[in-house]
Amino acid sequence: MSTLIDRRKVVDWLGIAPFMIFALMFLILPTLYLVTGAFFTPDGQFTFKNLADLTHPSIMSAYWISIKVSVASSIGGALIGFFLAWAITLGGLPSWIRSGLLTFSGVASNFAGVPLAFAFIATLGRTGLVTVLLRDIFGFNLYSTGFNLLSFFGLTITYMFFQIPLMVLILTPALDGMKKEWREASEILGASTWQYWRMVALPILWPSVMGTTLLLFANAFGAIATAYALTGASLNIVPILLYAQIRGDVLHNPNLGYALALGMIVITGASNILYIWLRSRAERWQK
Amino acid sequence: MKTNRLLAWIALAIGVIYFVVPLLGTFEFSLRMRRGEYSFDAYQSVFSDMQFRETFGYSMMMALLTIVFGMLLIVPTAYWVRLRLPQVRPVIEFITLLPLVIPAIVIVFGYLRLYNSSSFLPLTNSSSGTNLLLMLSYMTLSLPYMYRAVDTAMRAIDVSTLTEAAESLGAKWPTILFRCIFPNVMSGVLSGAFITFAIVMGEFTMAALLNRPAFGPYLQLVGANKAYEPSALAIIAFAITWISMGLLQLVSRFSKTAPRKA
Amino acid sequence: MSFLTLTNIQKSFGPVQVVKDFNMTIDKGEFVSFLGPSGCGKTTILRMIAGFETPSGGKIEIGGKSQANLKPNQRNIGMVFQAYALFPNMNVAENVAFGLKVAGKPKSEIDARVKEMLGLIKLDHLSERYPYQMSGGQQQRVALARALAPKPQVLLLDEPLSALDAKIRVSLREEIRMIQQQLGITTVFVTHDQEEALSISDRIVVMNAGRADQVGTPYEIYNRPTTRFVASFVGTLNLIEAKVVDPASNRITIGNQGITLREPLGTAKAGDTISLALRPEAGSIAEGAKGDTALTGEVTSSNFLGSVIRTRMKVGDSVISFDMFNSPGLVPPAVGDVVTLRFTASDLLIIRE
Repeated sequence: MSTLIDRRKVVDWLGIAPFMIFALMFLILPTLYLVTGAFFTPDGQFTFKNLADLTHPSIMSAYWISIKVSVASSIGGALIGFFLAWAITLGGLPSWIRSGLLTFSGVASNFAGVPLAFAFIATLGRTGLVTVLLRDIFGFNLYSTGFNLLSFFGLTITYMFFQIPLMVLILTPALDGMKKEWREASEILGASTWQYWRMVALPILWPSVMGTTLLLFANAFGAIATAYALTGASLNIVPILLYAQIRGDVLHNPNLGYALALGMIVITGASNILYIWLRSRAERWQK
Repeated sequence: MKTNRLLAWIALAIGVIYFVVPLLGTFEFSLRMRRGEYSFDAYQSVFSDMQFRETFGYSMMMALLTIVFGMLLIVPTAYWVRLRLPQVRPVIEFITLLPLVIPAIVIVFGYLRLYNSSSFLPLTNSSSGTNLLLMLSYMTLSLPYMYRAVDTAMRAIDVSTLTEAAESLGAKWPTILFRCIFPNVMSGVLSGAFITFAIVMGEFTMAALLNRPAFGPYLQLVGANKAYEPSALAIIAFAITWISMGLLQLVSRFSKTAPRKA
Repeated sequence: MSFLTLTNIQKSFGPVQVVKDFNMTIDKGEFVSFLGPSGCGKTTILRMIAGFETPSGGKIEIGGKSQANLKPNQRNIGMVFQAYALFPNMNVAENVAFGLKVAGKPKSEIDARVKEMLGLIKLDHLSERYPYQMSGGQQQRVALARALAPKPQVLLLDEPLSALDAKIRVSLREEIRMIQQQLGITTVFVTHDQEEALSISDRIVVMNAGRADQVGTPYEIYNRPTTRFVASFVGTLNLIEAKVVDPASNRITIGNQGITLREPLGTAKAGDTISLALRPEAGSIAEGAKGDTALTGEVTSSNFLGSVIRTRMKVGDSVISFDMFNSPGLVPPAVGDVVTLRFTASDLLIIRE
């Protein structure tokens, strides 16, 4: 009898074996290889030196620029995305605008990578439409102000093109969950609009907004194609540095490359864990 | 209420400007190839480029293969987990979300170390092996989207009842899977397929680092060497994304309004 | 003495007029229920009192002061919503304190008042709980305490019990009534449940299609419905067709059985058909039952409902239901039996439209 049950159990587990083997071989082992590699010298000696070497100024500056771009684009995207999501849920706009914007957001949040860089070069590059219009009509030379698309600021506003719609997509359901009665209850209890937002609405939305911002941060931090197509190798962000390392071992130490990758996983992993934690908090309230 | 609506329109205006201006700018730029007048020369140049056709065809092929093999892996797994192993669902879900956490460049870095010419499984030795590796990498990338789409569709049809019904009628496993389960989760399969298509068509990192002649690296190459064609390509890429997402919305809307299959 | 006055209130949403010329005066400390089916305009009137909707016409006054230009947050009104509407980010004490906090009251005063309110609803021990950790009944009591904490001049209850289980519904409505009487607060209660309205109100307004059909005490509404709508909406009622025989002496016939009514027939002429109402509990078929009037008919069905047995009998073209209290020795009539129902003639009400 017990062998029968065991056999059934074995069959049960065999059912997911293909998936597990796939995940192990093409997701988990490759990652683990890099993670463990970060703790060894090329000759196989255990070491923390690779991690310590991450503090090298050029690597630190890469992390720093990456973090800056990701923070700026996620906060910028979160702010504008929040207002857009608010406008289509609670702002009293016609419903076709809501469905239109949501459909567009679905597209725009997936429109990243190389073509996005082209779009911004054609718009804000030296001969881009906006640059030219500003110069010809308003006599305003954008590039004389120190603006450069191939810079921290340029990359930030380019990233925001897919960050804003992602925020809209994730935050719209959260704003839909804001009950009309909360607003009315606070109003009838004597609260002003400002007091309602400060004491009720924002505290309720805070985990969702914060969590989504973290997701946007991780999203920007791992992105490379847009940055690479936009700036070539001129802007030294972590993914581009890693790209160069993979291509030609520019750090002259393969295991330092692994440590670089480990650093990326730690940062995106931490923000994702925080995101999941905040989301579970938000869902508790959204009942 | 009045001020509310005004603010809403302002927010919307900012959003529209942010989204529309770059697209207009790109389109305008793509028409500028001929001096002094607007023309579609850039598009003509793109479409007549042999490399465009080759890389586009290659990525399209990759996308199709990724969708077929991805679904062959994910649909039975999602089915099996719902039917027999509900207790491992959190684990599976966690794994499917990992590609959103681990950056693509890190994953492909791992591949290059694990499957290079001197490893136990030297996939990168031959071009067919590398093609296989690229497809597997795309399957990994699309895992979060595909699994969620399929799993959502399965939740709607009550898999175990459907299976028992089929079993009581004497159906065998392949019949159940391909004639009962697949057709009923078609909406999920299709949504997963469209988003996978959009991802694979524009993907750059994996293809570039695996040195495969895909559309993404081709775009990058054109961007580095030409002036007007990149804008035309950006418009084309945007159209592809738009079509994929439009079809996805269509499928999900259709499956919502369709009567419940019991 | 009138404290809350509604004069000629009208409200239209686009082409649809949901409230038509509504008039009502409510005394200080009175508990008034608006009773009616969904869509009758009762909630709309409540929301106009609160200030969430602006009347298309008419005047709302509280304590002699017009509310026309006051926003909801300037009206000093307490309101309890159907779906609890507690702030999910605050615990019980913070929810109750909200109204006092936004009014800028000193902390010591807030704390004292919160304590007092939680004592009132008997939830002192849950002051640290969050809404998601509480049952619906508990949440609604907190909502009541929150609404009462700032000492509002009027309390509005918008179907506060309809989301709750049957048992809690009964106990909470008694609690609401007790607290209301204890505080002497003027209260407007909106409900579609006639039992609720009958059990806790000083007066009931039965509403139908945007108008007040009848205003009266629960006793009046139940025993003396003046319209067919009120009669059919409040409680179970037999509607009986009768023929006028002689208007001068109030003589009528029901299925050829002659009856003399107490109420004058008014303008009805001999040969007219009129509608009469009779409550199922008004008569009895027991031997020796009291009553100056009797109707005889054949039993068509008999249903056991627990404490009562509801029997239907056919008299002419009308079917009349009557209730008997269940007791161990009772033998309920069988289908086909011929029984005689005795009652007092004054229980027969003439329904004028």
